[in-house]
Amino acid sequence: MVDLLRVIRDDGHADPATDPKLSKDELLSLYRFMLLERTLDGRMLSLQRQGRIGFYGPSIGQEAAIVGAAFAMEPRDWIFPQYREPGAALARGMPLKELIAQFFGNALDPIHGRQMPCHYVYRKGNYMSISSVVGSQIPLAVGAAWAATIRKDPVACLVYFGDGGTSTADFHAGMNFAGVFRAPVVFLCNNNQWAISLPLRKQTASETIAEKAAAYGFDGVRVDGMDALAVVAAVREAQRKARSGGGPTLVEAVTYRLGPHSSSDDPTRYRDEKEVEPWRRRDPIEILRNHLVAKGVWNPGSDQRLAQEIDDAITEAVHAVETAPPPPIEALFTDVYAEVPWNLREQLEDLKRIRGGE
Amino acid sequence: MASDAHNAFQWGRVPGGARMPQMNIVQAVNNALREEMRRDDRVVILGEDVGRNGGVFRCTEGLIDEFPDRVFDTPLAEGGIIGSAIGMALYGLRPVPEIQFLDFIYSAFDQIVSEAAKMRYRSGGQYSVPMVIRAPYGGGIKGGHYHSQSSEAYFCHTPGLKVVVPSTAYDTKGLLISSIRDPDPVLFLEPKKIYRAFREDVPEGDLTVPLGKASVRREGKDVSLLAWGYMTHVCLEAAKRAAEKGVECDVVDLRTLVPFDLDAILDSVKKTGRAVVVYEAPKTGGFGAEISAQIAERAIEYLRAPILRVAGFDTPFPYTLEDVYMPNADRVMAAIQKVMTF
Repeated sequence: MVDLLRVIRDDGHADPATDPKLSKDELLSLYRFMLLERTLDGRMLSLQRQGRIGFYGPSIGQEAAIVGAAFAMEPRDWIFPQYREPGAALARGMPLKELIAQFFGNALDPIHGRQMPCHYVYRKGNYMSISSVVGSQIPLAVGAAWAATIRKDPVACLVYFGDGGTSTADFHAGMNFAGVFRAPVVFLCNNNQWAISLPLRKQTASETIAEKAAAYGFDGVRVDGMDALAVVAAVREAQRKARSGGGPTLVEAVTYRLGPHSSSDDPTRYRDEKEVEPWRRRDPIEILRNHLVAKGVWNPGSDQRLAQEIDDAITEAVHAVETAPPPPIEALFTDVYAEVPWNLREQLEDLKRIRGGE
Repeated sequence: MASDAHNAFQWGRVPGGARMPQMNIVQAVNNALREEMRRDDRVVILGEDVGRNGGVFRCTEGLIDEFPDRVFDTPLAEGGIIGSAIGMALYGLRPVPEIQFLDFIYSAFDQIVSEAAKMRYRSGGQYSVPMVIRAPYGGGIKGGHYHSQSSEAYFCHTPGLKVVVPSTAYDTKGLLISSIRDPDPVLFLEPKKIYRAFREDVPEGDLTVPLGKASVRREGKDVSLLAWGYMTHVCLEAAKRAAEKGVECDVVDLRTLVPFDLDAILDSVKKTGRAVVVYEAPKTGGFGAEISAQIAERAIEYLRAPILRVAGFDTPFPYTLEDVYMPNADRVMAAIQKVMTF
């Protein structure tokens, strides 16, 4: 079995042998984005329950794996998300208002209400558009990374997927192509133990996800996904290896989906709360916070101020975007192709005529 | 049959009678790829056996020698080929992946339909996938079900994707170059039965044929025969035979199925008042049904007979009886007779 990398010890101090040695500013920024993601999840689930947004997929319990991996990459590297990584998009500079506007799908949504919530994109941060099809992003990341090597650009790609994603044909094809072409890819499996109702043991007969990499001819590493610094350390090493021509790495972040799969899911139908409880005690945000305190870079007295600041920022963003009107009907027809073809023009004109007669 | 039909083609000759290379469709594909790779270093080729072997039909022969860093033999996985080609296109390259036979494309269907075709729309125009998927399609080579299908309709039903089907070597070069330069993903279907059936004049150097424009291959006042790919040649043969009986057919080669040239179709049908749509795919739900519906919606007052379809049967593509399965001039003639005597 592949060893599980941990950096933050139970006493809150980092293991000096594996500590990625982030600066104080980096540590605080990492903490802030993880807390932002957690707070955002709670607020958006609440908006969904109130009927103000249509859907939400929270990432509670996975903040260390999500934000930690994004932190380990460099800005010019590309990120291919699954659909549960808003913290990574925010860490890439996506404005909170833009993100939340996507959840509302209104005229302020950069993608014009074309996708359900949690399917945002942020090109300025090299953050790829999101598909709901599990695993489909994996070969895309491999192709982009491969293209970077063809262009001789020092760029690597980080691709997120879950334990369920490792069962897909796209995972196999992507891993195999990456191995054969030594594409500079970091495969980040957020192994949260559950693919909606299917537990890991029914997803794969492999002891670990990480060991699957061996079959493709490259390294697989396994990290404590509740330990943000372990994720940063493993992904940073994988990123450096990729950038220096060493090929791909599979990083299995062992986490747990503390919440539901989505706002449409009720996990009590298929899992026992007794299973969840021990994972709740290993909350990734608490683990990083303890480290920050132990290291002397965070004053526990500042907790409430930070929480308030984040909450206020979300409130402000919601207020700024919620009341926008729906996207214009033209947005149904644009961006299907670079130029709107005759049949779409005709359909738009017909629609306008009918609506005009209402 | 194909060479007879080709004799009816009267275009592509050089004014003044200057000499020009003669190419078949395979050579036209190869020449288009070579020209574009020389012109644009973002163009890369990937697929099964496309490198050292030059492709199982030799369409990419020799390209790896001129472009050793831009032609890639890939592992055997269509989903991986198309998925990574999409990633390349997102990154800024102009990949031209080859699917060895269209029949093998289905494991890449999700990547084409859900990723490539949707990327521009779902990203609000932030990302796009300029990629050309080349695939030989259609029957006539004794390949049975897994080397013969004409499954263009699945792809024509996919917003965000363009579908192009040449029927001549000249168009193959011109349409392939236009497809590579197009900003959107294109499925480029090559009629494998006539890959080497004839040669014709094809200019060296830059040559583009616009997407979305049909070509009237033969003019006639009585019946419009509407087709694409190899079926264009079947229609030309039928038109020739019909002419011997005094029936003059328009033969409209659609060339691009998405977006198709509505004006050319309507112009022809309004002139003749009779329409026969000919396609190789299973009849029900085939793209010819869409053409028929468009004619019915827009030109029914011009029609003197029902719109007829001559198509493959609603069965899997057979091996031994493929000549029976595929529409031929006899079946097109029967339809011509039916609309003329309605």
